[in-house]
Parts: sequence; structure tokens; C-alpha cells
Amino acid sequence: MNMNVMNVDYSTKIPNNVNLAADRQVLKALEGWHPGYIDWWHDMGPDGFQQSLVYLRTAYSVDPRGWAKFDYVKMPDYRWGILLAPQEENRKIPFGERYGEPAWQEVPGEHRAMLRRLIVIQGDTEPASVEQQRHLGKTAPSLYDMRNLFQVNVEEGRHLWAMVYLLQKYFGRDGREEADELLRRRSGDADSPRMLGAFNEKTPDWLSFFMFTYFTDRDGKMQLHSLAQSGFDPLSRTCRFMLTEEAHHMFVGETGITRVVQRTCDAMKAAGIDDPTDINKVRALGVIDLPTIQKKLNLHYSLSLDLFGSEVSTNAANAFNAGIKGRYHETQIDDDHQLKNATYPVLKLIDGEIKRVDEPALTALNMRLRDDYTQDCVKGMLRWNKVISTAGYDYKLSLPHTAFHRAIGEFKDVHATPDGVLIDDTTWNKRKDEWLPSQSDGDFIVSLMQPVTEIGQFAPWISPPKVGIDNKPGDFEYVKIES
Amino acid sequence: MAGEDRVLASGAKYIDFQTDPSRYRHWKLDVNGDVATLTMDVDEEGGLFEGYQLKLNSYDLGVDIELADAVQRLRFEHPQVKVVVLRSAKNRVFCAGANIRMLAGATHAHKVNFCKFTNETRNGMEDSSENSGQRYIAVVNGTAAGGGYELALATDHIILADDGSSSVALPEVPLLAVLPGTGGLTRVVDKRKVRRDHADFFCTIEEGIKGKRAVAWRLVDEIAPNSKLEAKIAERAKEFAEASPRRGDGKGVALTPLKRSIDDNTIRYGFVAVDVDRPARIATISIQAPDAAPPADIDGMLAQGASFWPLQVAREIDDAILHLRVNELEIALIVFKSHGDPASVQAYDAFLETNKAHWLVNEIRHFWKRVLKRIDVTSRTLVALVEPGSCFVGTLAELVFAADRSYMLIGSREGDNRPAPVLQLTALNFGPYPMSHGLTRLESRFQADPSDLTRVRERIGEALDAEQAEELGLVTFALDDIDWDDEIRVFLEERASFSPDSLTGMEANLRFVGPETMESKIFARLTAWQNWIFQRPNAVGEEGALRRYGSGQKPRFDMTRV
Repeated sequence: MNMNVMNVDYSTKIPNNVNLAADRQVLKALEGWHPGYIDWWHDMGPDGFQQSLVYLRTAYSVDPRGWAKFDYVKMPDYRWGILLAPQEENRKIPFGERYGEPAWQEVPGEHRAMLRRLIVIQGDTEPASVEQQRHLGKTAPSLYDMRNLFQVNVEEGRHLWAMVYLLQKYFGRDGREEADELLRRRSGDADSPRMLGAFNEKTPDWLSFFMFTYFTDRDGKMQLHSLAQSGFDPLSRTCRFMLTEEAHHMFVGETGITRVVQRTCDAMKAAGIDDPTDINKVRALGVIDLPTIQKKLNLHYSLSLDLFGSEVSTNAANAFNAGIKGRYHETQIDDDHQLKNATYPVLKLIDGEIKRVDEPALTALNMRLRDDYTQDCVKGMLRWNKVISTAGYDYKLSLPHTAFHRAIGEFKDVHATPDGVLIDDTTWNKRKDEWLPSQSDGDFIVSLMQPVTEIGQFAPWISPPKVGIDNKPGDFEYVKIES
Repeated sequence: MAGEDRVLASGAKYIDFQTDPSRYRHWKLDVNGDVATLTMDVDEEGGLFEGYQLKLNSYDLGVDIELADAVQRLRFEHPQVKVVVLRSAKNRVFCAGANIRMLAGATHAHKVNFCKFTNETRNGMEDSSENSGQRYIAVVNGTAAGGGYELALATDHIILADDGSSSVALPEVPLLAVLPGTGGLTRVVDKRKVRRDHADFFCTIEEGIKGKRAVAWRLVDEIAPNSKLEAKIAERAKEFAEASPRRGDGKGVALTPLKRSIDDNTIRYGFVAVDVDRPARIATISIQAPDAAPPADIDGMLAQGASFWPLQVAREIDDAILHLRVNELEIALIVFKSHGDPASVQAYDAFLETNKAHWLVNEIRHFWKRVLKRIDVTSRTLVALVEPGSCFVGTLAELVFAADRSYMLIGSREGDNRPAPVLQLTALNFGPYPMSHGLTRLESRFQADPSDLTRVRERIGEALDAEQAEELGLVTFALDDIDWDDEIRVFLEERASFSPDSLTGMEANLRFVGPETMESKIFARLTAWQNWIFQRPNAVGEEGALRRYGSGQKPRFDMTRV
């Protein structure tokens, strides 16, 4: 069968550009897994709206110039498929001990366990976020936002497929077992929780959703970038295509927060409020005050930092040295790509003080990726602050200090303010509600979460977007809700 | 790094094996009715030496000293406890095993002593279950890797959380190029009867095995979802408690702190003294007979508590042996001497035999058994000198039979008004103190002709002089006053001049005559294989796996099969 790898084969039950039709065994395994996936989608996917027609994009090609088409589709009928970026000819392992050798097209035996573990961890996060967000459809502030939520959900579902394909194609019986386990674990479940802490937290409201897609999905983006560098070529190709879709998720988060901030500023101006920290006055307008947005940001940023693991990590070093997981934009970095003698500054807690210490760069890879992440996070911050200053308010949103509210790494056993001042337990307990969303902050936000399903209408706490999806006009019916 | 001496944390001068629950940094011991919970919560900053952190409930000798203390106290201080639940206070980690950075930076001698002690602690848990009816349940709620799984293996029953991630693993071979050091391989196949090919697979995968397969392969006894875990633990604890033969009642005996003073060349306890002759590389352990008759009855013994002579002496010898093992590495020989009235020692042995059904007497007898076993696996030349005024009777005579060489003086010495030495057997030489391979020291001694054993048994209670003892095969040599000084001096000097390595190997080969048990296998395998692997460049060389662990760099192996 002569297939153009750019285009997706829809002739099999599972759309793909990996010639599944000729790979009977893997096709059989995937078809065996498919019903379990659909069951999972019905049990744990979006609550309600399964019969609604949603204006979704579906990948039809992996050509970066035009890879998706938009149409109405019922979510359970979404064509989840296996899509890999095109194979680069003569690709070399771009880092680690085997730097410069041909990239692996099959799993190297000595790294099988490590590779499988990385793929399972990545795979576990994809369905987890769908589970965390499953109730949000019912309180969507508009059809536009509802559609974006579902788009993110179906694509996280597809990312699960991507990881499951790798497990089933390359890891034999163990891989199939792991693929089943990915459907068995459930976010927040006491008996079989998802593997990473942040993916067992609740996403109780839409501001949390935007924060999640901005901060936590951005961790996912960084991890995908690192895996896209992998010397194991199928993993690299899978992740490269996943990044194309992931961009939309970042967009939903960034513009979502921008629109919330915009609406708050507009309302404050219209009401003649000068002091954005006068919380009661602002809340009386039915919008979310900036200090509460800052608290939400503090929470999600700090939870997301935990996802990078310990600053100094043997696992990260092993994965790099093995050629399995590289650095962000590895191929654009000008060094030996082996980190033989390099060091990297790491924030550590030494004798009760936060200090920057040089560590072997190889073991400090988590720290480096986290630094890249922080830089990436700052960009949105600038945009939000621009909205605030344009509206004439002297208030700045900012990222809290690395040591703030951490459960993993150097600072897990200490308390620090968002400015990075170390404080004792008593002070922390007394003041933490100033920095993290309190019960009453949460209650207030939840009280605003009234669904808006009229075409072209938006909840009063969020501004409409500047442009529609697929350039659709403001009154476009993004979701046709079943009656 | 490897081979250099490490610095003890907090300015300590020596490693101390004495502790108590009020001083624990890594464990918590809670007793609730007949169930005790022993919770591992290792303090990262609480390493015995400087230079490493004890992350993820990994342990060093200091952590194990506390565990050993807890296991011991449970037997003596808590007669009502029938079940011990062993669990972790850490989130999603049961125990990561021995701390690798500690191992990578430790001297070879420390590694060996560390492994030996941790093995003795785990054997002690099994002994507790078998002989005191204190059954152990391991609750593996997270990762149990390497020594962490071995700790669970030492319990009677392993419950694994079925949460999709909790697992058991022995990753030593793939990850560290060494072997599990606390009996993991042996217990997997010999105790848990995991099929050997399954064991082979299991021992070559870093990530271990979880869930149903762990049960199917017999690596754990059962799995339970988190929501049902506590109920399952309670159910099993109840079941085990009901089945336990332990019938302890009343208050236990508090293991009060030992009276001990340590100077450069001496350690003084109540009944035991250690004198170190550094130029000669000899440590002499002298044991003093009790100065009073045994108590009239059980209540009298209970009233004496930790100062009851057999208990106090056992604790003191135990501490002395452990101290010499890890703090006095250049000592080549340990010489046992005893002083006092043989009749008095005999009377205590009679008390221990008459009252053996009482829980505390049972504990003391088993404690003596373990102390003697510890002596058996101590890699120093063991010598017993049976001199005038000595009291090697029954329990103390076991030291003579544990020795690699024993010398007894014929008659008395000129100018010495102490009586000529006698050696005396009691019932306790014929059963309650088996070695690790299951035989008593006398059974093991007389493998050539079992009738020798019958012959000595007939002499129980008799005060045997040197020539009789030699004739019966109970001592190596009986020497008269003329030869004594010179023969002993020459032997000690000659012995100290041999290679310590070959002596260690030779003695270990000769001491355990007869069959093997799981316990003896564990020590034998450890000595033969682990100690070899721990010395090889593939593990400890500059490019070896232990040295490179944590650096991200792959170890380089010499691929020659030896």
C-alpha cells in the first residue's frame, strides 16, 4: 500500500498515518482496546453533551501548513487516531551517550523499561485532565468556551491514543497491560489514582480550567518538547505532532485568563472603582477581583512546578544520558549535548537559606526544564498585565517564588511567602489564605459559574473573544445542544 | 571516595547500638492491645554518617539499629503483642532499600558489617514470629524496592496496595550491578517459593511487579485497593492474633539502658568487660558469673527485670560484639574468658531450663541463641581460654564451642590460688541454642560420629577437667602450666599475622559443619557472592554502577564472565 504519510488513512476503524492496515497485530490490539476506551469516554469523559453536535477540528494530515478540518461532530464519534509527524531521513540521536548515532526505530533493549515508564507517565496525564474537567460543560460561560473545552478534551483523548499506540506497538504484552491500566486509573480515585499529584486535584470552576490549561498543560508542553527530542524516533514523531495540537490548549488558557482580566477591568472602570484590591466592591460587580486571580495563579503555578520533579534527579540524568529524553529545544543548544563536565545553577535550601548552587548539569535537567517553563509562563503574564495597565490600574500579576507552596523537591519541607521569604508554620497557617484561594474565594467563584448557552452570549464575568474559532462570527453556534 | 573513612554525623566518636523509642529518628512504635504498628518514617537528615541524605525511606545502619531495637523491645517489653504491622509513613513509598550514596561512599568493611547487621535484624523478625508468636505483617503502600522489599520479605504476610503503582522490586542487578544484600534472592525462592524462572525475570527488571501478577507469582500474599486497605490490615491482624501461640501476660520487662563506660582501650559493663590490646590486635571479652543465686521463682525474676543475670549478660555481650565489629576493624582476635563460681552459672541454667514455659524465660533463651549466632558470624578469629577461676558452664560453655580454637589449662597455675578450671555441660548445650544451620554447636562439632554426642550428653552436670574435656572433644587443646603461656602467645601471634581476608573465608567455611537452612544460606551467599561483587570494578570501580549511580552516566562493565 502506497500511502502518503502526510495524509491520514481513514479506511480503517482507527484513522492513522502509520500504515496500520498493513500492521495487523497492532491494529488488532488497538481494536481490542477501542471498546474499553469508548467505555471510559462514556464513564469519565464530559458529563452530558455526548449527543450534542460540537464544532470540532479533526486532524486529516500532519502537514503543519494545514492539518485539521472543522465540522460538527458528536464527541463519541470523534475520529481518534494515530498520527505521527513525518519521519526525518537519517535522523540522529541528538544528545546523550549515543549522540550522533542513528535514531532508534525499534526499542533498544537496555532502555526498554525506562522508555515504557516515561510513556506511561506521559500517557497517564492525558485522560486524567479529561476526568478532572468532566463537569465543566454544565457551567460553561458560553458555547464558544464549551466548544473549546470539548476540543481540549477530545484531543487529550487522542494523545492517550498516541501513547497507547507506542505501548502496543513496541512493548509487547507489558505494553498492552499498561495500556489497559491507563483506562483503569482515575483522577482523584482513592484506590487507583492517576500517577502525578496535580492530576488528582479537582478542577472546580472555569477559572481553574483556564489556569490549568495555561500552567499545567504548559508543563505537558515542556515534557512533550523534551520527548520530541528522543532518540527513539517513534516517540519523537508522536510528540512532535502532539505539540501541534497542544498549542490550542495553551491558547485556551492564555486567552481565557486574558478575557477574565479584561472583563474585571472593564467592570471596575465602568463602576468607577479606583482600587482593584477593594475585593468586596469588585465582587459586588459580579466579576472576579484581581487579587483572587493572583491567588489562583499562585496555586496552579506551584502545583505545576511540582510536576517537574526533584531539582536534582537521577532519573532525568539517566534518561538524558540514555538518549531517551532531551532538553527543551535540544538541537538549538550549542554545547556537547552530553553534559560531560557542565554545571547548572540549582536553587537549594542550605542551612535555612535559599541559595543558588552549581550542580552537575546532567542531574540538574529537571531544574533546567523548569526554568525554561518559567520563562515560557512569563509571556502570558505580560499580556495580562498589559490589559490591566491599559485600563489604567496599577496592579501587576506575578509568578510566585519557586519555594512557595511546594510539595516536591528542595522546598517541600519549608514554607515561603510568594516573595520567597522563609516563614515558620504558624505564620504560614495564619497567612496562607492571603496567598492561596480560600474556601470563601472558591465559593465566590463557584457562585459566578452560571451556564450561558444562548448563541453569542457570554457570562458576565468574562469578555467575549476577539476572534472566533475557525474565523466564525460572534453569533456562531459552536455547540448544538441536544434537546 | 569508596574506601575512604566517612565522618560520623554530629561529631559521634563511634557507632552506638544502644537506643530506645524516645530517641528514634526514623521509626515510630505504637502499641494498641495485641497489635503493634511499626511505622518507618526515615528522617532524610538523620544519616549515621555525613555526606548523604536518606531519601524515600532509604536506610543506613542507624535506621536499622532502631529497627532492631524495636523488634527486641516488642519481645521483652510487650508480652501482650501478637501482631506487628510494619508500614511506611511516606506517601507512595514503602522503602527504597539501603541508601545507595551511603553504600557508594562506604568502606568495604562497613558495607559488609551493615549487611550483616541488617540480615540479623530481619532474621530476628522471623525468629520473633516463629518463637515468640509475634507475627509480622508488611503493608506495602507504595514502592518497595531492593532492601525495601527484602524488609517486607522478612515478614509473615505481605499486603500490597492495588493502586496501579505500588510495586515490589529487586532492582539491584539491572540498576546497581550488585545483589540484594539482605537475603532477597534466597527468600524469594526458598521462603516464598517463587518459581525460579519467575524470580529470574523479577530480579532483572528495575520497575518491579505490581497488582495481580505480584500475587500470582507469590511475591506478595494479597492485594487490596486503598479504600479497603485499612480494613484488610485490621482483619489480618485480628486473624493472626487469634492464631498466635503467644500467651504473654502482665507487664513486660523494660530494657533499661545498659550501664556502660567506653574508654580508648576498655569497655566496662556490669558483668562483661572488653579489653583491647592494640599492638597484639586482640580484644578480650571477660564475663563475670552472677554474684547471687538465681531468684526463687518467676516473680523474683520479673522483679529483677533487665538486671536478671542471663538477660543482662546477653545484652552486654551483644553490645560488645556489635561494637567490636563496626568500631574496631583492626582487631584480629576475640578472646573469651570467664570468671566466677561455676555452680552459680549452673544454677541459672537450671532456672532457665525449669521455667522454660514462661514467656520471659523463653525470650531470654531465644535471645541467647541470637547472641551466640551473632558471634558465629563475626568475622574475627574466636578464641576461648578456659583458665583457673573460669566458669564456662552450660550457656557460657557455648562460647567455647563457638570458638575457632579453645585452650584449657590442665590443673592450676603456680602461685595462683584459684581452682583448676572445669568445663561443665547443662541441658542448654543440647537444644535451645542452635546455630543458623539448625544444629547445636555440639551436634555440628561431632558430625564425624554421632556417638560422640551421646557420650558427652551422659556427662551433663559433671565438672570436667581439662584432660577429660580434651578427651571428649570439647576443647581443642589441654595444656599444662609449663606450655600454656608460650603456646597461647605463639598461637595468638601467628593468627594475627595471617591475611585477615583468608582467615575470614576459612573460618566461615569451617564453622558451620553440616546441612544448610535458609538462614545459613543467606549468610553464606552474602559472604561468597555479595562480598565478591561489592569488590569488583563493575560495581565500585570509577566507572562502576555504584559509583555512577545518580550521575546519569552509564556504568561501564568488564564483560568477562568470571
